[in-house]
Amino acid sequence: MAFAYFPHTPDDIRQMLQRTGVSSLEDLYADVPEKFIYRKEYDLPDAMTEMEVRRYFEDLDKSNTKLTVFCGAGAYDHYTPSAVEYIVSRSEFLTAYTPYQAEISQGTLRYIFEFQSMVCGLTGMDCANASMYDGPTSAAEAMLMCVASVKKRKRVLVSSSLLPNVLDVVRTYAGYHGLQLDTVCVKDGETSLEDLVEKLSGGDVAGVLVPGINRYGIIEDLSGYADAVHAAGALLAVYSDPSSLAVLKTPGEWGADIACGDAQTLGIPLSFGGPYAGFLACRKDLMRKLPGRIVGATTDADGKRSFVLTLQAREQHIRREKATSNICSNQSLMALFVTVYLSLMGPDGLRKVNDLSYGGAHYLHDRLLATGKFTDAFDKPFLKEFVMKTSLDIPALQQALMDAGFFAALQTEEGYVSFCVTERRTREEIDALVDVINLMR
Amino acid sequence: MKYYDKLIFELSKDGRCGYSLPDAGWTQTTSSIPDGLKRTSDPGLPQVSEPEVVRHYTNLSQMNFGVDTGFYPLGSCTMKYNPKINEDIAGMSGFKGIHPLQPRSTVPGVMKLYNDLSSALSAITGMAGFTLNPFAGAHGELTGLMIMRRYHICRGDDARTKIIVPDSAHGTNPASAAVCGLEVVQVKSLPDGTIDVDHLKTLLDSSVAGIMMTNPNTLGLFETRIEEIAELVHGCGGLLYYDGANMNPLLGTVRPGDMGFDIIHLNLHKTFSTPHGGGGPGAGPVGVAAHLLPYLPLPRIDGQTPEENAGRISGFMGNFSVLMKAYAYILMLGKQNIRMAGPLATLNANYIKESLKDCYRLPIQSVCKHEFVFDGLADQSTGVTTLDVAKRLLDYGFHAPTVYFPLLFHQSIMIEPTETESKETLDAFIDVMRKIAHEASVKSDTVKSAPHNTPVRRPDETEAARHPVLKYQDMVAPSAS
Repeated sequence: MAFAYFPHTPDDIRQMLQRTGVSSLEDLYADVPEKFIYRKEYDLPDAMTEMEVRRYFEDLDKSNTKLTVFCGAGAYDHYTPSAVEYIVSRSEFLTAYTPYQAEISQGTLRYIFEFQSMVCGLTGMDCANASMYDGPTSAAEAMLMCVASVKKRKRVLVSSSLLPNVLDVVRTYAGYHGLQLDTVCVKDGETSLEDLVEKLSGGDVAGVLVPGINRYGIIEDLSGYADAVHAAGALLAVYSDPSSLAVLKTPGEWGADIACGDAQTLGIPLSFGGPYAGFLACRKDLMRKLPGRIVGATTDADGKRSFVLTLQAREQHIRREKATSNICSNQSLMALFVTVYLSLMGPDGLRKVNDLSYGGAHYLHDRLLATGKFTDAFDKPFLKEFVMKTSLDIPALQQALMDAGFFAALQTEEGYVSFCVTERRTREEIDALVDVINLMR
Repeated sequence: MKYYDKLIFELSKDGRCGYSLPDAGWTQTTSSIPDGLKRTSDPGLPQVSEPEVVRHYTNLSQMNFGVDTGFYPLGSCTMKYNPKINEDIAGMSGFKGIHPLQPRSTVPGVMKLYNDLSSALSAITGMAGFTLNPFAGAHGELTGLMIMRRYHICRGDDARTKIIVPDSAHGTNPASAAVCGLEVVQVKSLPDGTIDVDHLKTLLDSSVAGIMMTNPNTLGLFETRIEEIAELVHGCGGLLYYDGANMNPLLGTVRPGDMGFDIIHLNLHKTFSTPHGGGGPGAGPVGVAAHLLPYLPLPRIDGQTPEENAGRISGFMGNFSVLMKAYAYILMLGKQNIRMAGPLATLNANYIKESLKDCYRLPIQSVCKHEFVFDGLADQSTGVTTLDVAKRLLDYGFHAPTVYFPLLFHQSIMIEPTETESKETLDAFIDVMRKIAHEASVKSDTVKSAPHNTPVRRPDETEAARHPVLKYQDMVAPSAS
């Protein structure tokens, strides 16, 4: 019985076995102890045709409730221009492996070089790698990088104002890696500089991680943080929303040593959490501690400009058990996704995305205030995401919104909920959401 | 392939744009943000129109080789065909709009996919349950080792900090162990590349957390003493970790769980046909035996948060769209076609091996599984190296095999054809490999200076590392270093 992905005819198999001197396909496994040959029927569905597979997924799709997203918390509903998906689906990009053979991988190598350049431009850093799995793992790698760079210190400080999933992932990595992790408390919705200075005073901290925009949507004022961290001999890493960096002060401008975060905000669809792409960038003096793939420019035998994977002496296949990271790939295709997105948007488009998100978010915020059912949680500047205190019963509020087709009002703390507005949300959608709330008692 | 020398930044012109965004008429803009919080520098993004962007990246793509372009016999990477139905499924717009924090009650279709895929992987591998959260093979390794450590710690057995890794293992194994805070102890290989069981015995004590293995191993050989190894490691209180990098030949024939493995990671981008994407996104699900189920990381498919959980290793629940592609492939295979996957991959490898062993040095003669290793040309007098052979293959339209790995031989050429390659493709590859061996004798300079027909030729890697130019800004105005 022929199968679409296996080109072998019975005659091919016969001829090939003859060449190999093995009498049957089964005999290719003659060295495997008989007890380990699985002879039972696999507990799998019967093989499906393409049409049946399509139907299976269409049924899955139909059973999910389609909601209009007014939530962020690490995944943002930004618009993807059509050209992005068309480029990314080209099979020369899609079906390639890691660009080990530079001669036939210049396409991949060039877009990674462009990606690194764009990440550096957005973050104000000197060098960037080819991307990480996602934002939270990029934050964990940033902390490992600090510990690898600052000798004999095993303690890291992370702000409690980071997104909970970022904190959790950093905590997991730090725990197994034998690091001491302490949190810096939040004051008035921002990382407390006072508490940070206090916790740095022991002189044993290798790295500090703070957010550019935090879990409450607040744009943190990081004035003085880098000085405090550097005075204590530690490194500062800032976790940023790269989309916002078209407008906001960059990690570089804040004096950070490392920038990390999730590039999902650069047009990558929500897609239930993945694939996204993390980014990791640093100052020049940390270049040789930067984990992951890095592409550099060079020339070939004929003097032509070429690109190659470089600085590989840092990597796991050479460092083995001395490695400080086990990353041996990147989210390459998602890096391409982001690179094409940023090429289309340019500086003005990205600024406009921020203006539209800002305008919509503040319009919603003001309308929610006007309902009398919400008050400000903080009096701090925000971009597209914000937290409000509500007098409403939160589960009832969420359910009412869901019934009307909205995913909104994520609870951050008892009595507090968050909202997020991107350029995709229209005035009509926002008004409809507020109408639901106005009907609630 | 045609050489194309632009970078997107070189197409930029002030005033051009490639976007179209609405004017929503909001009264407030980011200009209201306090100046002290705003950037003052230029982000350095290019200004390019959409047609220029599309043409630029199309030109770049044409300097790339993919599985759709031609044969990719890259050892240990399992470059099988990526079915197109998978891409259609992943591209369905409904899935793209789902926020990862939506209540599970609103996404029963998503949760069904997680459950169905996890069950299918369990059936295929003989494990009890899976986490689908890890983003890649190396991430799966790290997650698996975290589960192993957590298991020992929860049992109060926290002195188990050593992990045994074969000296022939992929570099990621020791690196993952180091990141997980484990001390790596190497177990020697015998001349045929299998584990030296006598040496293993001397390493086992109450400080051992477990062993990391591939089976078949890096040379494509089945570790026939696996049952004994499992008994020894379990006997000393350790766990067995299975690195799924070499799972493909076992697909449909042998289940790691039956061989005594407690923890396993799979590479969906290898064994389960999802595209490599130039280095990612992949997916590295981790499966465990029943006694380790509570240790699976958060967030879990069952929605539980047992105290023993290994922690959170990902922002959300993994690379969801990659998971969909892998399950589409499994549905196409079904219980029937899966039976042929491993055996045909194994047949293809043995067919190439037997067809070339007179021209290339074959250190191990036995029947291999999905891959095998040559140690350079049979005739070593020509001065033609493995690197030269690899580069010459590019001239003939093939991707090179994995070279100089494993380190057991000096001139390693590691070849892995998968089950999706036809006899005709293999014959064409065999012909070219023979031709290169012949060229090495009669016109070795042509081989030594290969490739000749590629967009660039042997880029200078030493120069790239010595004077790193890692971004466009460095090209325009090289920073002092």
